[in-house]
Amino acid sequence: MNTIICTAFFGVVMMFFGVFVKSKKSPKYAAIIGLSAIILLNISELITGNSFFQIDIHEMLHFDNFNLLFITIALSCTLIYFLLSGSEIEKVGNHVGEYFALIFFVLCGISIAATFNTLLMLFIGIEIISIPLYILTASDKRNLKSNEAALKYFLMGAFSTGIMLMGIAFIYGGNSAASFHIDKIQLGIGKMPVMIAIGLLFLMVSMSFKVSAAPFHFWTPDVYDGAPTVFTSFMSTIVKAAGFFAFIRLFEHAFGVIQDQWQHLIIIITVATLLIGNVTAVFQQSVKRMLAYSSIAQAGFMLLALFALNGKAKEGILLYSAAYSLATIGMFGILTKMEDFTIDGFNGLAKEKPLLAFATTVFLLSLTGVPLTAGFQSKFFMLMAAVENGHHIWLVIVAVLFAAVSAYYYFKIIQSMYFKEAKTSGIVKLDALSKPFNIMLMVIVVIILIIGVYPEILIGWMYH
Amino acid sequence: MGNYFTFPDLLIWLPILAGGFCFLSKKDKEAKRTAIVFSIIILGVSIATLFFTDSVKNLNLNYVNYIWLKYLGATYYIGIDSTGRMLTLLTAIGFPIVLIATSNTTFKKPANFYGLLMLTQAGLMGVFLAMDALTFYFFWELALIPIYFLSSQWGGEKRIQATFKFFVYTFAGSLLMLIGIIYVYMHTGARSFEDGTIANHSFALNSFYNAQLSAVEQNWLFILFFIAFAIKMPIFPFHTWQPDAYDQSPTAVTMILSGIMVKMGLFGVIRWLIPMFPAASIHYRNIIMLLSIIGIVYASCIAMMQDNIKRLIAYSSIAHIGLMCAAIFAMNQISIQGVMLQMFNHGINIIGMWVVVEIIERQTGIKKISQLSGLATTAPTLTIFFIIIALANIALPLTNAFTGEFLMFSGIYNYNTWFAAIAGIGIILSAVYTLNMIQKVFYGSVNAATAEVKDISWNEKIVLLLIVGIIFFIGAYPQPLIDLTSGGINDLLLRIK
Repeated sequence: MNTIICTAFFGVVMMFFGVFVKSKKSPKYAAIIGLSAIILLNISELITGNSFFQIDIHEMLHFDNFNLLFITIALSCTLIYFLLSGSEIEKVGNHVGEYFALIFFVLCGISIAATFNTLLMLFIGIEIISIPLYILTASDKRNLKSNEAALKYFLMGAFSTGIMLMGIAFIYGGNSAASFHIDKIQLGIGKMPVMIAIGLLFLMVSMSFKVSAAPFHFWTPDVYDGAPTVFTSFMSTIVKAAGFFAFIRLFEHAFGVIQDQWQHLIIIITVATLLIGNVTAVFQQSVKRMLAYSSIAQAGFMLLALFALNGKAKEGILLYSAAYSLATIGMFGILTKMEDFTIDGFNGLAKEKPLLAFATTVFLLSLTGVPLTAGFQSKFFMLMAAVENGHHIWLVIVAVLFAAVSAYYYFKIIQSMYFKEAKTSGIVKLDALSKPFNIMLMVIVVIILIIGVYPEILIGWMYH
Repeated sequence: MGNYFTFPDLLIWLPILAGGFCFLSKKDKEAKRTAIVFSIIILGVSIATLFFTDSVKNLNLNYVNYIWLKYLGATYYIGIDSTGRMLTLLTAIGFPIVLIATSNTTFKKPANFYGLLMLTQAGLMGVFLAMDALTFYFFWELALIPIYFLSSQWGGEKRIQATFKFFVYTFAGSLLMLIGIIYVYMHTGARSFEDGTIANHSFALNSFYNAQLSAVEQNWLFILFFIAFAIKMPIFPFHTWQPDAYDQSPTAVTMILSGIMVKMGLFGVIRWLIPMFPAASIHYRNIIMLLSIIGIVYASCIAMMQDNIKRLIAYSSIAHIGLMCAAIFAMNQISIQGVMLQMFNHGINIIGMWVVVEIIERQTGIKKISQLSGLATTAPTLTIFFIIIALANIALPLTNAFTGEFLMFSGIYNYNTWFAAIAGIGIILSAVYTLNMIQKVFYGSVNAATAEVKDISWNEKIVLLLIVGIIFFIGAYPQPLIDLTSGGINDLLLRIK
């Protein structure tokens, strides 16, 4: 509860900040301080179990260790994102305060989407996430690509929102309890009523759209490519993880009992997502697009949690959110410093900026899932969840084979950096050497390694 | 010594420490010196372990067990048992040999080169010491990453593709193994820790041995694990990465790869695969022996056709490893004893071969057999050493490999006469291509390429002398090595019965 109220409030503060404070630098610092405070409030709620705001919310939201921990992870990743790429946000346009404000609103939406207890709250949460993102995508006003991406994103997003609303309506109408509450939906005895089935399908489609699972992924590469890189970084990580979290929360609570009826659909979506994401990523020349496709591929792995839907899957999704977000934020942070976004643009980076190359390597190894990195632990937990589920071991085998494929495109960058010579000097923008940026990169590297060795530092909080 | 400085800890942390020092070293020579000094210290530690073999009396010295992920029941559990002791000894001997033998070669960015090399040693040690499946998997992968960077950065022209093929092969294999590990883990019993936490399952080696698995499950799990190990060894038809990787890697790395790293696969079979799935091992033994033996003959035939010395040795290594794999799956006391001996001997011999090849390549810049001639005239000492090592490689009596191969053959013969007979062709062929190579490279008239070759320097002499010394010592008196490993063999056979 702390987070929802504080982020919304602070978003408004940031908006006015943009109006009254003319300095371009100050919104960043204000945002960092504000977000740090919100994280502390959220952690205090996680530890004590009490919110400062005791409001009767009629069970519309539910707070437990699991989703508070997820919110903590999302907020912390955002803080790291601010610290790493805050100065890039300043470069996007003139309305710096508003960009931060929008991000705070997204965080508010994430907190709602992670804690919803009724379908309406889910809808509100997802919408509060989506609408600021449309604006952020278009924030590079004079860039046609950015505008096109935003329009595409908006149209597709609006469409999927419509489908979601329709699904909710069907569920509401179809269940005899006439309830929006996800734990109280009456699914009927024996066979599923048609209305519920349609509603389930619609919800699945719209949520798949939000997390860019195949075959509903077509907007992803264009939007991620068109949006300003610094916002792609945010969209493709924290927001996406939140989408997954909501997806899993919805299907676990509302439709968990009839899992065997929709599990096959999820299997199809998972395999398609893994296949399309990985195979397409192999052929990308632009690192930004490659990361966009790899985010689809990673979504395929995260879908395993939805397939498994057990305790390990919960731990897995937390780890995956953290591991994937950190590594990708780091990658995009580095990408913003590069002159050339193609893979060849990384040629010889190790010689020119060994530190940058080292950090990139750790991020890529983590995305690949090599032991000692957080990425391994997250994949490991996902695989454990899927194996524990007991059915369809072949799906797990397919998933790891695609993980091996992913090594192909992630390692292309490593090969460029270390084993190829640069054609020209000056592959990195001049300000890449800024000390805070390098320190932040190292902080992310250290966090990735710590989680990689000892993941219970993170998931242990669930059993606090 | 208490619990603070146990042997397994030292064997893993010293290389990591050495790696760290190497990375930090500023001067070019410093990294090399650090690596050599540390590798000799590690060798000392490893030799010291030979005097503390009593597992009951020295339990605290030989085993380390820290709680790692308590909710999962995973521990950081490492320890030295008899098989592990032999292979850690091989690793500990191999590294100083490699480092000293290649110390005349100059590498770009030596700090990184030696740092990564020492990290590889830590990974290898970890694999041979791990007593917990998750620890094992961690080290299994960690041994691969530094090798990947070493080969890709310092290797030959086509290094990037060759090494990447190697990486993807092994990475895919180990991911399959990871699924296997998880599946077995899900069928292990509960485990409790001192602080009262109870994990539903356990990653410990013993729990894995006692996992409740049906015959069908065992069969397909066996395949998942076996692919990972077979790629690492490599066994026909998973061997295609190997000649390229050996050829393109810098020779120092090739020595590690062929001398020590391939043992990871064999070790995996002995430590994990057969004891975990004894029924499945018997189920698949004929197929695997058949594949191994096809591999022996096939690789030997290709080796005869090779004009590239490095590829020739690579293929001969496939043949030798194939024989060892076949002998493991003969699954009797004699054959496994032979494998244990031969794992050690093969490591020593093939490193010796590479040392000589490295000297030739460094001085002449040529890998082609047809372009080399008359080295015996210009480098007589080198020739003598090489001939001894090559004869050891084809298992002539009085050399170390003879005992091992003899035991393996009689073991395979006990199981199936035909297998032994066909595998025996491999021995004959290996004599053919090895002697042929010696004849062409070392004898004949001196040509332009070899005229300038100088005989070996003192550090190479020491290394080769050491290798030849080990060859003859074990050739004449293999008993210490047999005693060292007999415990592991008995445990293994007990599990199969």
